[in-house]
Amino acid sequence: MNNIATVCILGLATFVAMMLSALSQDSLFSAHMGILCFILLCTTIVFLRRFEFAPSGAAVSPPDTSGYMDEIVRYGVIATLFWGIAGFLVGVVIAAQLAWPILNLEPYLNFGRLRPLHTSAVIFAFGGNALLCTSFYVVQRTCNARLFGGDLAWFVFWGYQLFIVLAATGYLLGITQSKEYAEPEWYVDIWLTIVWVAYLIVFMGTIIRRREPHIYVANWFFLAFIVTVAMLHLVNNAAVPVSFLGVKSYSAFSGVQDALTQWWYGHNAVGFFLTAGFLGMMYYFVPKQAERPIFSYRLSIIHFWALIFLYIWAGPHHLHYTALPDWAQTLGMVFSIMLWMPSWGGMINGLMTLQGAWDKLRTDPVLRMFVISLAFYGMSTFEGPMMSIKSVNSLSHYTDWTIGHVHSGALGWNGMIVFGSLYYLVPKLWGRKSLYSLKLVNWHLWLATLGIVIYAAVMWVAGITQGLMWREYDDQGFLVNSFIETVTAIHPEYVMRTFGGLLYLLGALIMVYNVWRTIRGDVEEADKPKLDAAIPAE
Amino acid sequence: MSFYKQHKKLERNLTLLFVFSLIAVLIGGIVEIAPLFYVKNTIEKVEGMRPYTPLELAGRDVYIREGCYVCHSQMIRPFRDEVERYGHYSLAAESMYDHPFQWGSKRTGPDLARVGGRYSDDWHVQHLKNPKSVVPESIMPKYAFLAEAGLKPETIDGHLKANAMVGVPYTEDMIANAADDLRAQADPDADTDGLEERYQNISIRDFDGNPDALTEMDALVAYLQMLGTLVDLEAYKQKENLR
Repeated sequence: MNNIATVCILGLATFVAMMLSALSQDSLFSAHMGILCFILLCTTIVFLRRFEFAPSGAAVSPPDTSGYMDEIVRYGVIATLFWGIAGFLVGVVIAAQLAWPILNLEPYLNFGRLRPLHTSAVIFAFGGNALLCTSFYVVQRTCNARLFGGDLAWFVFWGYQLFIVLAATGYLLGITQSKEYAEPEWYVDIWLTIVWVAYLIVFMGTIIRRREPHIYVANWFFLAFIVTVAMLHLVNNAAVPVSFLGVKSYSAFSGVQDALTQWWYGHNAVGFFLTAGFLGMMYYFVPKQAERPIFSYRLSIIHFWALIFLYIWAGPHHLHYTALPDWAQTLGMVFSIMLWMPSWGGMINGLMTLQGAWDKLRTDPVLRMFVISLAFYGMSTFEGPMMSIKSVNSLSHYTDWTIGHVHSGALGWNGMIVFGSLYYLVPKLWGRKSLYSLKLVNWHLWLATLGIVIYAAVMWVAGITQGLMWREYDDQGFLVNSFIETVTAIHPEYVMRTFGGLLYLLGALIMVYNVWRTIRGDVEEADKPKLDAAIPAE
Repeated sequence: MSFYKQHKKLERNLTLLFVFSLIAVLIGGIVEIAPLFYVKNTIEKVEGMRPYTPLELAGRDVYIREGCYVCHSQMIRPFRDEVERYGHYSLAAESMYDHPFQWGSKRTGPDLARVGGRYSDDWHVQHLKNPKSVVPESIMPKYAFLAEAGLKPETIDGHLKANAMVGVPYTEDMIANAADDLRAQADPDADTDGLEERYQNISIRDFDGNPDALTEMDALVAYLQMLGTLVDLEAYKQKENLR
């Protein structure tokens, strides 16, 4: 089909990007718009090459729009894996930079610029693509309807990739708002807003056309995630640009107000992007893989409303003992502790879904992956409330304990549930009867688990060591340690942490190989009989 | 149970589900954030606080660009060890002109809220160029390129204007003279009467040790050297005890 309008818009956008690059006020904006111009130019050429100059009489068969729209989910799976590897790799690199600072290459590859690249790559590129493709898959299945809006879903997909590329190149160039997990500057934020609204339209439109009276619980979580992230993004990124031809903007808020707005955003990026959305995944793929219905319908209702209501309040625990008023800190702490319950509600609902199917854990490494994921979810949602207690936080804040906590959540809960979901999806999407190799899934599972355990454990040691050293006094009442002594003390932990991350990356690379072979249509012969033999007699 | 029966309505009606979810996620933020714009201890002014000079602002932009906040906090908590290590605990008013705030969340390196005046300019320049040359065990990256990167004063007025739009009290006088003020603060031979009149309690000198060029190093060191030096905390302490 000739898409003249799309080509015209792309061509025009390419031209505008070129003009912006030429007219820009600062060299950074010029470089960034140059990158955008190049991407758009390539896209335009791709579209132009798709033109078919068939004689007008020839029948052009309209694309089939009767079934589910699965091509986009296939693209999403590939994108998730690609960005996952990129994010993990940058993570290993910056971990190594902390252990061996000689690895910093100024200015583009210094730690300060690579760290936001790592966090955004894993949260928004890896996690975001996983959310996009699984939500598109799940909403179609549970609503028994094709995605709403036709090519709008493709706009969401490619628009989101453009957002990722602009954000990532921006970090390397030094374009940042310095708000953690919301670093992209104003023009990238505006672009993400447009893409996100399109996402909301596609998602809600699909639910509206459902052929099923009931909206499945996974979709509540996906909906809450999309709506809340929109709200957080709009408020936290409110800023005044210096020029419409420059990168720099200044936040609408300052000081203490800005701090709480940022951590209201930051904590709920965890709460809604990395929790609510991923619980949506959990509510579809765990029952599917276990072939059992969700454990408790009532628990899912209670924990859904409790979770989305309570999460929003927890932000101030990032600002304990700062200049934020005490009442706000205490409120944040109390709600964080209450949050423990709905979090475990989700974990229990997921784990107990295996009731009557626990024996499958012996034979199904994919299901094992889901169980480990839920176990890490339970662990980190216990650790989180504990760290939000002010007296605990006085030790843990500003140390690597926080980094360890984040990684047991991100690598354990988010990473593992994505891997499990993708292992479920790949054979289905590409019409293969099974994965290439379950043995490799098992290798992935244990390498990743070992990696996380090492990472989390050494970060506990590093964090608590440093926290205690900072506050250590001698008999005369003098501080014992200079700051730099507390840095050298945790060097061994930094080395071990890099090793843990490397194991996790290795596991993910094994997954890529396994998925690639599955897509090609290979199935390892040795796997099958062994599996059959392991299934116990009914 | 009737509650679950009622809930069935939500599960079959997308609009209701959307509206109830939105209400649920709106409440917490409103209750916690909105009061901060009104309660006294988050909006009170403290004597000595002034907007950043153009050079300091340019330095602060370099600080943000390089992601210094990733490893350095600017928020001293009211603990004995922190107060002894870094100085008086941070006040809300001290970051009232920070768009955005730079409190940070991790101390891979030490807190910088009151680093101003603690080290010489030479130390800072040397440290930024090669941290290991002054702190052999340091794991901080090198920032030697800042000494080569020229600073363009011409566009700084736009930055002051944008700050004024979000509430920083930059006067028209300050905005009109921004480029000149930026140059003058790093040049000990310049006429600096106007600059000193517009901004109290400032340092005027060649910060990067290279009088021939105005560089990002000048700006960053000027910013670092003013951190935590604006408020006279001795006076503040006495007032505090009266309450």
